[in-house]
Parts: sequence; C-alpha cells; structure tokens
Amino acid sequence: MEVGNKVGTQNVKQIREMEMEKKIESDITESIDNKKAPYAKFEVPDPVVEVNDLNLYYGSKQALKNIYMDIPKNKATAFIGPSGCGKSTLLRCFNRLNDLVDSCKVEGEILIDGEDIQDPAIDITELRKNVGMVFQKSNPFPKSIYENVAYGARIAGENKKSVLDGLVEKSLKGAALWDEVCDRLDESALGMSGGQMQRLCIARAIAVEPEVLLMDEPCSALDPIATGKIEDLITQLKETYTIVIVTHNMQQASRVSDYTAFMYLGELIEYDNTETIFLNPAKKQTEDYVSGKFG
Amino acid sequence: MNKFWKSGDPFVWLTGVALMFSLLMIAGLLWLIMAKGLGFFWPTGVTEFELNNGTKVMGEITAHEQIKGISGKSDTEEAKYRTQLKIGNRDIYGLDFRWIDDDDIESDSMPKYAVVMERREWGNFYGFIKEITDNGVAVCQGNEECWPVLDENIPIYAGIAKEIRKIEKGDIGGINRQIENYRLKIRGVELEGGDQSKIKDYEEKISLEEAKYKEKEKELEVLYNEFNKEKIVMLSVDGREKEMALGNVVLAFRPNSMSWIQKAGLYFHRMWVFVSDDPREANTEGGVFPAIFGTIMMVLIMSIVVLPFGVLAALYLREYAKQGTMVRIVRICVNNLAGVPSIVFGVFAVGFFIYGIGASIDSFFFAESLPNPTFGTGGILWASLTLALLTVPVVIVATEEGLAAVSKEIRHGSLALGATKFETTWKIVIPSAMPAILTGLILAIARATGEVAPLMITGVVKLAPQLPVDGYFPYVHLERKFMHLGFHIYDVGFQSPNVEAAKPMVFTTALLLILIVIVLNLTAIIIRNRLKKKYTTSAV
Repeated sequence: MEVGNKVGTQNVKQIREMEMEKKIESDITESIDNKKAPYAKFEVPDPVVEVNDLNLYYGSKQALKNIYMDIPKNKATAFIGPSGCGKSTLLRCFNRLNDLVDSCKVEGEILIDGEDIQDPAIDITELRKNVGMVFQKSNPFPKSIYENVAYGARIAGENKKSVLDGLVEKSLKGAALWDEVCDRLDESALGMSGGQMQRLCIARAIAVEPEVLLMDEPCSALDPIATGKIEDLITQLKETYTIVIVTHNMQQASRVSDYTAFMYLGELIEYDNTETIFLNPAKKQTEDYVSGKFG
Repeated sequence: MNKFWKSGDPFVWLTGVALMFSLLMIAGLLWLIMAKGLGFFWPTGVTEFELNNGTKVMGEITAHEQIKGISGKSDTEEAKYRTQLKIGNRDIYGLDFRWIDDDDIESDSMPKYAVVMERREWGNFYGFIKEITDNGVAVCQGNEECWPVLDENIPIYAGIAKEIRKIEKGDIGGINRQIENYRLKIRGVELEGGDQSKIKDYEEKISLEEAKYKEKEKELEVLYNEFNKEKIVMLSVDGREKEMALGNVVLAFRPNSMSWIQKAGLYFHRMWVFVSDDPREANTEGGVFPAIFGTIMMVLIMSIVVLPFGVLAALYLREYAKQGTMVRIVRICVNNLAGVPSIVFGVFAVGFFIYGIGASIDSFFFAESLPNPTFGTGGILWASLTLALLTVPVVIVATEEGLAAVSKEIRHGSLALGATKFETTWKIVIPSAMPAILTGLILAIARATGEVAPLMITGVVKLAPQLPVDGYFPYVHLERKFMHLGFHIYDVGFQSPNVEAAKPMVFTTALLLILIVIVLNLTAIIIRNRLKKKYTTSAV
C-alpha cells in the first residue's frame, strides 16, 4: 500500500508538473502572438526577414501552412525536409519569384527590413536586387563571363567600363572564381565546368550587392570537390550577406548553417540552432528525419 | 520472313531509297538546267551546208532530232533525222531558225572566215566580210584585211555608244526630270490658288532647261554622225549583201578559227555581259542585270519589313499574351495564312495597298502629278510588302519555336537579378532565339524569291526604263516598277516574239535565279551557324 501510495503521489506530482508546464507554455504563446499562432516563433538575433502567418496556395492546394519564422542577419539558415515539403516554395516567396506562377496565391506577411514585400506598391525589381538567388541548376547567360557578372549592374544603369571592371573583379574574387578565369573573361560562360558555372552564378548574384542571398540546393548537381568549394564559400559569404540555403543534404546543413528549419508537408515543424536540431531535437519527427529513419 | 520485317532492315532500305530518289530528282533538274544554261555562252562553230538543190545555208547547229512520224522500225521505213540551224540574219531571211532534213544535205564544211556578229538590232548575223567603208570610201576589202579593222573598232564604237547612252539617259534625262519637276510645281501652285508671278518664274526656268536640251541635242547629233560614219558590208552565205553601221556591232568573232583558250575567254566574257548588261531585243538578247538588281532589292526590302513584324508578333503571342483559347485561335490563323495561294495575296495587295493606301498617299503628297499615279500603281514597295505578308507566317512560327526553346531557368535567372520582363526579353531571350529567327528568315527568303504570281500585278514589268536606285534624290525610288528574274523567265520563255532564240535564255536565267537563292541562303546559314556556336556551346 505504501508503494502504491508513493507511486500514486509521484504520479500526481508529475501530472501537476506537466499541467503547470503546459499553462506556462500557453501563456508564453498567447503573450507573444495575439494572432493565435499554433506554435511559438523561434527568436533569432537581429532578424532581417520576418515571416508572419504565411499561407500559400497553388490553386486549391495549400502548399504552405501557417509559417512563422525570422531569418537572422549575417548567418546561414538552412531549410531541410523531404521532397515536396515546401522549402523551395518558401524560399521563392522571399524574392517573389512565385509571382511567375499564375495559380499561386500568397496570404500573410513577409517583412524584409521592416517592409512588407507583398505590398503591391513596392518596386519588385528593387526587391530582387536586394534579395539575390542562386538556382539548383546553374544558369549562366549565353554571354561572356564578364558580361554575365556585369549583367546586374548594367540593368541598374551602370555602363562605365572602369566601374564595371572593378565590380566584376570584386564579385569573382568574392565567389572564389577570379584566379581561375581572370585571363579569359571574354570567353563564353558556357564553356566552364559545372562547379565553375555555379560559382559564376554566385558571383553574378553578389555583384548587385544584395542583403540576402537565397540558395536553392546549389550543390545538388555538383561533384563532392566542387560542393566542398561552395560550402567553404558560403562560410565566407555569410560574413557579408544573410544566407538562406535549401538543401537535401543533411550533412551539408549541419556543416554550413547556423540555424536550421525542418519542414514537412508545408508546415514548419521545428526551427532552432543547427546544433539543437541535429543533436537534441525537440520533436520526434525531426529526430526521425535527421537520423534517417524517413524521408 | 517475319524476322526480316521485325529487324527493321526493310525500313532502312526504304528510307535510303526514298532519299536517293529525291536527291536524284533534284540533281537531275539542276543538271538539266546547268547543261542547257551554261552551254548557251560557248561559242559553237559555224557550219556551212550545201544542199542537194544547190543552195547554201550557214549557221550554228542548235538541235538534231529524229523526224516524228517516221519510226524506222519496219524494213520499208528508215528513221529520218533533221537538223536545226540558227541562221540569224533576220533582216534578210525573215526568220532566225530553220530546220533542214538530213537527207537534203549534200556536204558540209566549217569555213575559216565565217563571222558571227552580235548586233544591236536584228539579232545575230552569220556571214563573211565584204568591205568596210568610211564615208563611202572603202577602207579595206575582203575577210583577211577587214578583220583586224573590225576588231579594233568594236571597242571604240562601244565607247561612243556608252557616251550616247550617258547623254541620253544622264544629261537629257536630268533635264527632262527638271522640266517635269517644274511642271509639277506649276500644277501645285495652280491647285493652291494660281499665283501668276510664281508660275511665270517656273515657266522661265523651263525655257532655260529647254535651251540646255537643244545644246545636248546638238552634241548627240555629232555623236550619232560619228557612230554612223563607218559602215561595214557583209555577205551572207548565199551571196546577199547587207550594209550596216559599224557601231551596230556589239561583238564579232570567228569561231571556226579560234583556239580553245580564246573560246574559253569569250565564254567568260559573254557570261559576264549576261549578268552585267541591260537587255536588248525584247529581252531575247543582252543581259539581265536590271532583273538581278530588282530581285535582290525586293528581297532586301521584304526582309527588312518581315523580320521586325514577324519577331514582334511571335514575341507577343509567346511571352505577353495570356495563353488561352484566343491565343490558340490566333496561332491557328497564322499557320493557315501560310497556305493561302500567293495570287490571293497579290489581289489583296492591289486592293489594299495600291488602290487603298497608294491612292491616299497620292492625294496627300503627290497631288500635282495626278491623274498619273505615283504610289497608286504597282511599284517595288508594294511588291515587297506583298511578299512580306506572304512570308510573315513562316517567320512567326520559326520565332515562336525559338522563343519556346529558351529555358525557364535563364529567364528566372535574369528576373532574379532585378531585370524587368522587357529587359529579360530584349537582352537574353531574343539573342538566344536568334538562330531560330534566322532560320525563319532563310525560309522566308527562299519562298519569296521564287514567287512570281503576286508580283505580276503589284509592280513587275517586262522592261523597266530605270533602276529603282539612282543618283537623284531621294536616291531610292520605291514607287518605280522593276524587273524580276522569275518573271523574266516567264516573259522570255512564253511571251517572247522569238521563242527559239529565247529558249536558251530561259535556262540561263533559271540557273542564275537558283544561284542567287543559294547565295542568299548560304549567307544566312553561315550567320546562323556563327550565332549557334556563340550561344549554345556547353562543356557540361
């Protein structure tokens, strides 16, 4: 009877503790968001991009559900998750490339530097100059290497050769490509290896001096050596730019990023420091995914 | 047996045979045109025939065939043959060509001194030189003496003829143009109200010009006298004499005593004359230069018009229009436009361009020359526009294909750098689609160069007095009628007063037209290949 009592009291204590925790949690949640968010938004230092209650629909199909997240400045944030979970879709929201899809409808708020980018009054070309993108399959223009990197500046109206020369050199050095191509800037950009072309795309993106650099699986089409070079590059670049990288490769996410967001079926399951996500995830789904049990 | 069919071998053979057949047809056509066309310029020997009845005929052998109706198959009948001779001397004999039955021929020879003479009037002359006179006094007699004199003088007289033509076309032409100008100005003043002082002014200017005209006439008289000073008397093979001005001779040669090298030299000379000279004798002789010029100029104007319109239309259809039923209907209509018979385009052009727009232009800008139409009649501009309309579907379809082939990634890449859709289209998409656009242009040029029917009613003529481009402002005269190689073939072959003489010209002109199309296409293909290399090299 004594044992039963002890167990009983222990159980009751545990139950009471759990109840108190839940109450504290719900208090916190309510105080943070009067929009009645389903979860607490993870706090990051110095956020550049703030996403509040983002819902995205392709026609009638909902692709993103109630996303709340902040992207920290001058850090690398990784989006991981199985195929079709919405990582690329979320990424493309940040530079409004989803506008090109006719059936896409976006509800919610995305603030970059405090401005709502969904506002129809903003200049979309300025937004895209501020938020650069590197794509999965490298897409250099059928022009010379020099012209590829200078393209963004020319669009902005800069045509003076001296200015462009300096910009091209700076960007190619920033993308760790200068030494390899400095003597053949006038050759076609299509005549390079895959890794070089991807670094050229990075150089082209940073030539417009964006604040945020979005990278959509930049290494998935590259061999391990080239991948390694680009990962080193990301570590360098995050000192100047805010990087958001979507990746399938969890080892890459753990190597390169400071913060990681795990998404599944359009929902943000967990968003935390990279160490926490990989070593000590809060949700079981996250743990299953990072240890390879599914996806 | 089943195995044989399944293995696919019969289809490989079938496709090979079909390709062979097509190539043979093309090669056969080209060979026929080349053989008959290129042979035209070669100086064939002149044969003199003595017939059974004692008469003599002399000329170039142009054909040899079996007489139809006498088959030669049975024992009693022998196959009979006859020879066609170009005997020339139309002013003496009345006809150029003559058939002789082989049975009637007694003997033949190739006289060394037989002269072939190309003349400015009456066509070729075959005969012997009797004498050359200067103001009635004989300068030389007989074949041997006179030949060097003839040879020397032909270039001199060619120079005089050029002078005469220069004064007639250039100076007198200019004077006439000025007088016409002043007359039009007078008409303009009359239309405005009739300021008498201005009209008097112009009338004075006209009389000044007429005085200049009289001077030039005098100059011409002198030249003409010189032109007719020396005369040459020729003997035809049957003894008849013919006297003509020495200046009437364009070219003379003695094929029976020419070496192979001399003949080759003459061959290339005649070829050069064919492409650079103006036509004579109702297009049966001389060159086809105005037709070449007209064809190429028309193709150029057509290209300048069709390229922007076609590309812009394709751009709108593919990039900017909302893809739906409306766009699909437009695309179907464009594709069907390519199947409309070309004469329908010609008739439409006559109604819309010539009688509609042309008449309006005339009433606004050229009212003084009415009722003579300036733009309200066929001309090189309307002809080029008709052909542009004809070929615009081809360019649209080819451009659309090229635009569709530009990958989405490239477009997104440009947009992600902050470019607008217009900048992306202009700087990235169109340059990438350039090879396809040029393909469309090549197809358009190939189709347009061969069309004749719509041109016949929109501005092509048998003989154009001037080229559409000359040295007088505004230098390019788009309202002038022009000559066209395709029409020239039709005219020379079927509308000529002297069909036999014109027959070889048909083949030569056809060959020339094919060559021009090949050159135009090759140029465009080379440009396209260079662009392809520039835009699609990839190591990956």
